[in-house]
Amino acid sequence: MAKPPALRRPGRGRKGDVPRRIGASSIMWLLAVVYGFPGLWFVLSSFKPAGDLFSYPLTLFPKKWTVSGYAQAWTQFDVARYFLNTLIVASAATLLTVVASALTGYALAKYQNWWLKAFAVCILATTMLPSETILAPLFVVVRNLGLYNSLSGVVVPAVITATGTFMFRQFFVTVPNDLLEQARIDGSGELSTFVRIMLPLARPIILTLAIFSFQWRWNDYLWPLIILNDPKQFTLQIGVASIVGAQNVNWSVLLGASVLSMLPLIGIYLVFQKYVMNADLNAGLKD
Amino acid sequence: MISINLVLFLLFFVWPAVIGLNYSFTSYTGVGTAPYVGLDNYQRLVDDPAFYAALVRTVIYTGSVVPLTFIASLGTAYLLVSPYAKGKSVARVIFFLPWLISPIIAGVIWRWIFGENFGLVNFVITELGGKAVPWQSDANLSLIVVIIAATWANTAFNMLLFVAALKNVPTAYYEAADLDGAGAWPKFRRITLPAIAPTSFIVVLLSTLHTMKEYGLIVAVNAGGPGTENNLIVQYIFTTGFRRAQIGYASAASFVLLLILMIVAVVQLLASRRKGA
Repeated sequence: MAKPPALRRPGRGRKGDVPRRIGASSIMWLLAVVYGFPGLWFVLSSFKPAGDLFSYPLTLFPKKWTVSGYAQAWTQFDVARYFLNTLIVASAATLLTVVASALTGYALAKYQNWWLKAFAVCILATTMLPSETILAPLFVVVRNLGLYNSLSGVVVPAVITATGTFMFRQFFVTVPNDLLEQARIDGSGELSTFVRIMLPLARPIILTLAIFSFQWRWNDYLWPLIILNDPKQFTLQIGVASIVGAQNVNWSVLLGASVLSMLPLIGIYLVFQKYVMNADLNAGLKD
Repeated sequence: MISINLVLFLLFFVWPAVIGLNYSFTSYTGVGTAPYVGLDNYQRLVDDPAFYAALVRTVIYTGSVVPLTFIASLGTAYLLVSPYAKGKSVARVIFFLPWLISPIIAGVIWRWIFGENFGLVNFVITELGGKAVPWQSDANLSLIVVIIAATWANTAFNMLLFVAALKNVPTAYYEAADLDGAGAWPKFRRITLPAIAPTSFIVVLLSTLHTMKEYGLIVAVNAGGPGTENNLIVQYIFTTGFRRAQIGYASAASFVLLLILMIVAVVQLLASRRKGA
């Protein structure tokens, strides 16, 4: 990637650069500490033995490192099951979202139709109609479809996103129509052109949307809470929230379970960092 | 293939919106019939002090979080594209990590830090000779904790938007300003801010809409407490609709929220148009 314009300027060693460098760097690192510290404190606390969590004076590092909070969360608190449920929900929703968004985005970009245009406007309108505002009726619809208390009830309503659709639309608009014409002349069917030519081209978009979608669904709380009633079906967020909601919060378990629940996303982020950070972020990329 | 999308769209957006509007004129409880009650629900909402309280708290909350998020995300983004700061690639990851953390966990993290009897903040305050601050049992202080947590959690995403915008400001403008001997602040004020105005608008709009619907974060920090003091609007809808099974009434409240969100969006759109003209 070309260096951003702002980064190309220095190097001439003008006067006044040194204090500026020190100033900018120290402000940035001060902010980094402010932003990084809460998480660090939280993770370090999770390795303290339950007895030390509340004993003043507090220390930054555990006096004795232990994973008892994690072990307790894993065995007593069913984190494993919540993990599996969340994984199913997030993966299924991500897969369906990517497929649906790619198809719709492609159609909106490459086919001219009055009803496709109308549909585009409707999808755009959904960004203005967040599911929080139709919570109760959406619940009734999903219940009447027989999806109450099932993981698919969490997945299916989340499949359509304006963000994903328009990410793909913007991308496919830039793909030359000649490519499509050429494929048609070669006798390739529309669907096979899409799968064999267009999808591989859209790889970066697919990955970016997949990461975003996975993060949305992994961290979702309100909708799963409404749909899932049986503790066996709970996702991690509901599980963690139920520890917080208890009369006496068991902080040792809570810290362990919380840190565990963050690990997959942090892992995915570290591997696919460039697809998140270089994402060509347009309007609406937020769910 | 598209038709599947169309069906999903109709099923999960259009249909709920229609029956939601319909329910808002009934006293439906989730089962049985839905007796038509006309504008009763809206009448009740107007008279409901709990609804007003939730609305006022939501406005205070949004009014604090959005400006703070804006400043924090623009500030961090500016530093991340600045040629002077060192160690940007590591700092970028640190700033971005909160995006990966769910609202629930973010809430738990801040609850842990601001715990009244065990939190780090009160420990430091008492060590310095101060008195422990009631971060959980005082309504306004509780809201401040939620505001801090939300700003921390929302910065990362908006920072990404600003970084992309700042990188696209043409260098030539700055070079011309350098020749004229312009300082850092005038350059920021006269070149950077106007150049990134479209992104600023998007950040404000998205943050406002997002913040007005906050739920998970507050549940984890203090469950809208103490008591129901800090119940925001979505929590109010959730409690009436699902805990008390007043689906009709909750639908009416939802439509008021929808109306407010639409007004917010239209007003901001008009404001940005007028500035642009």
